[in-house]
Amino acid sequence: MIKEILKILENDARTTTKQISTMTGTSSEEVAKIIKQAEKDQTILKYKTIINWDKVGEEQVGAFIEVRVAPQRDVGFDAIAERIYRFPQARSVYLLSGTYDLLVLVTGKTMHEVADFVSQKLAPIEGVQGTVTHFMLKRYKEDSEILEGREGLRRQPVML
Amino acid sequence: MSIKVPSVTSRRLNQIPSSGIRKFFDLIVSMEGVISLGVGEPDFATPWHIREAAIYSLEKGYTMYTSNLGMPELRRELSRYLKDTYNLDYNFESELLITVGVSEGLDLATRAILEPGDEVIMPDPCYSAYNPCVILAGGIPIMVPTNEENNFELAAADVEARVTNKTKAILIGYPANPTGAVMSRDKLAQIAEVARRHRLVVISDEIYARLVYSVEHTCFATLPAMKESTILLGGFSKAYAMTGWRIGYAAANKEVIAAMTKIHQYTIMSAPTMGQVAAIEALKSGEDSVTEMVEEYNRRRLVIVQGLNDIGLPCFEPRGAFYAFPSIKGTGMTSEEFAEKLLIKEKVAVVPGSAFGQCGEGYIRCCYATSLAEIEEALSRMGRFVKKHKK
Repeated sequence: MIKEILKILENDARTTTKQISTMTGTSSEEVAKIIKQAEKDQTILKYKTIINWDKVGEEQVGAFIEVRVAPQRDVGFDAIAERIYRFPQARSVYLLSGTYDLLVLVTGKTMHEVADFVSQKLAPIEGVQGTVTHFMLKRYKEDSEILEGREGLRRQPVML
Repeated sequence: MSIKVPSVTSRRLNQIPSSGIRKFFDLIVSMEGVISLGVGEPDFATPWHIREAAIYSLEKGYTMYTSNLGMPELRRELSRYLKDTYNLDYNFESELLITVGVSEGLDLATRAILEPGDEVIMPDPCYSAYNPCVILAGGIPIMVPTNEENNFELAAADVEARVTNKTKAILIGYPANPTGAVMSRDKLAQIAEVARRHRLVVISDEIYARLVYSVEHTCFATLPAMKESTILLGGFSKAYAMTGWRIGYAAANKEVIAAMTKIHQYTIMSAPTMGQVAAIEALKSGEDSVTEMVEEYNRRRLVIVQGLNDIGLPCFEPRGAFYAFPSIKGTGMTSEEFAEKLLIKEKVAVVPGSAFGQCGEGYIRCCYATSLAEIEEALSRMGRFVKKHKK
């Protein structure tokens, strides 16, 4: 049951308890209880909205930074990852397999801002051996949402 | 000066009703901002991996005819699917035919088995093509009333009461359009018993087989002694959102398939090649997509049924397809009146139940294959309408 509720909320965080109750055939009280518990134990981390900022003229620059790291004794990559993700500019931080170690998504108002962050705050972190910055040129799809070019349905309005 | 030209069209066509929704369609397209619950297909595009397989085949130049029966690879996959799903053995070389949708399958089935004047028993209301197909094939449709109290299920006793020495077949379609009704294994077995006793062919339209909610779908051919005498019609349109591809199949004994193929080879040659390629991909890898879509339909089903009951349009719980069939009798209007007024006053389109048979009078068909937001808005508008017009 909880997975069904989570799927519904993940798709539309504004679905009301009553709507979820109808969609899952569970009582509103039970639904509210489950959601409250999920919020408490951090299964539900946050309710967010996906915005296409370009439409309000607020341009943002994003970049993916490959970070090569010398892992620390005993703690591996975690300590360095934490130092990085404490910065609010670091929107996402992942440990990956492959030719580099950490992938950091950084956003800022301008390319300069992002570049400054990388060179002044990210690269100098102890343990960071090197960075490669890839600036995002265009966002097509984010978090399962296609940002533009979505076509409407072309169905026959009535069909027997 | 206009000279009256004598009609050149066959008088046979006078026996077939013209579409009950033509004027509706015209009215709807002339209006803006209409929420249509009158659609008859999924609001999902065909899953990308299926489209991609077809596109790739076009790039490779697979644009020629296929075998009349359909691509052997598709028939093999289909045979495997029917074995895995229903434990039915259909020989892919002689007992399966790939058709242009279940629509063509129905046309072929009736034309393959009916002699002029043969009777075919079917439920009322039912999908609007059943009647015309039987008539076009030279047969006579015998309608059996079904009603809301019995969840629009076809009663075996009612069927048997209408069997005559001219009865050739029973034509059923569960899960059903327009009612959303599903019949249990037991009740279908009773109908099978009637078919067996009177040696009737059963044409079973199971296009909505995958769209069932909290119940199991019973494939008619799996009932005792029914495999030999059932013409199983199935397809990809609803389960895999492939309505436009025009691909379906018929599974039956060798004799029937050979007869259907005889007609098919002259009238159609072979079903669309790119559709067949898509169908292969659907059978191979489409399961997850189907499950996802069915889960989404179910959520919407619960919302619309609850909503219709809440606004004063009592609706029995449909367990299959994607239609709700609420009663509008409380408003004192006919189905057509209700639908037309609702469209004009509140810009919500539904299909009058009368378009599906006499027993559909007093009901409307609401398709919930549309976004939750649209369903909620439609319910709100309908609620307003019902309040004003309740008797």
